[in-house]
Amino acid sequence: MPSNDERWMDAEAGPVVRPYALTQGRTRHTGASFDLVATVMATHARVADPASLAPEHISVLQLARAPTTVADIASDVDLPLGVVRIILADLRELGLVAISTPVAPSMRIDTHTLREVLNGLRGL
Amino acid sequence: MDYGAYNPAGGQAPPRAIKILLAGGFGVGKTTLVGAVSEIKPLRTEELLSEGSLGTDSTEGVEGKTTTTVAMDFGRISLRRDLVLYLFGTPGQQRFWFMWDELAIGALGAVVLADTRRLADSFPAIDYFERREIPFIVALNCFDGARRYAIEDVRMALDLEPGLPVVLCDARSRESAKEVLIALVEHVLATASRESVSGIA
Repeated sequence: MPSNDERWMDAEAGPVVRPYALTQGRTRHTGASFDLVATVMATHARVADPASLAPEHISVLQLARAPTTVADIASDVDLPLGVVRIILADLRELGLVAISTPVAPSMRIDTHTLREVLNGLRGL
Repeated sequence: MDYGAYNPAGGQAPPRAIKILLAGGFGVGKTTLVGAVSEIKPLRTEELLSEGSLGTDSTEGVEGKTTTTVAMDFGRISLRRDLVLYLFGTPGQQRFWFMWDELAIGALGAVVLADTRRLADSFPAIDYFERREIPFIVALNCFDGARRYAIEDVRMALDLEPGLPVVLCDARSRESAKEVLIALVEHVLATASRESVSGIA
C-alpha cells in the first residue's frame, strides 16, 4: 500500500510547489484590502530592479497594462486568487500598479446603474 | 503619490464592474448557466481553512496551515464598453461561506439555482442571502425529465417570502439564462424603488 505522499505525487497532482510558495508562504497581503472586481492598472513606473521580481509578478504586471480586474488576472495567470492578491499587493507597494479602492460593504448599486445593467442585458 | 488608490489620469477609463452571484448545490447547472450567457473563464481560489470549515473537513493528520482549492464558475459579460457584468458561481454548501462573504460585498444580487429533485440543496444559499439581506431570486433549472412543479409549490417548499421571484429556466439556453439575470435586476430595482419610496414617506 503506497503512502499518501506517493499517491499524491503523480502527473495529475500538478505542480509540486504549492501556490503559496510563490509568496514565500505569506497568505495575507499588505496594505488596504481590495475587491475581487477592483480595477487594476499598471502605473508604468520604472521597475528599479527587475531581477527582484518573480516571473509571476512580471506576468501579473503585464496583464495590468490595460485596466483589468483582480479576478480577470487570477484567471489569466492561472493562479489562485489568494496568491494573485499577494502578488498585486507587492506590486502596489512597489508603486507598479494602482488598485481601485473597495466600495463600502453597505453600499448598494444605485438605481441608475441598475437600469443600465437591465438595458444592457435586454440588448444582448 | 498615492498608488493605493486608483488613478484615472492614465487616460483609459476602466469599465464599471458589477458582480452577480450564482449559488446552488453540486450538479445543479451553475457552470452550464454561466457558460450559456457569458465568456466563461477558469478561476480558482486557494484559501486557508478556517476553524469553522475544519469542523466539516477531515484534516486528521494534517499539521500546520491547511489550504483548500475551490474552483469557481467565473464569467464576464461586456454589456457596454464601460459596463461589465461578472458572474461568480460557487458551491452553495455552508463550508464555502467564507468565500461568499467576500463575493457578496458590493454585489448587485444573487441567483439561487435550484433543482426540483433536490430542493433541500438550495436551503443553505437561501438562508445565507436572507440573513445578510442580499437581494436574490430563485431560478429552477428544468432538467429533461424533471417533474415540473408548480412555482407556488416550490415557493412553499422553500418557505420563501412573498414577492421573492421564482423563475423557471433552462440553464443550457442563452436566452433563458439571460432572462434569469434580467429577472434578478428587475427584482433588485423594484426593491430599491420601494425602499426609496418608503424612505421618503
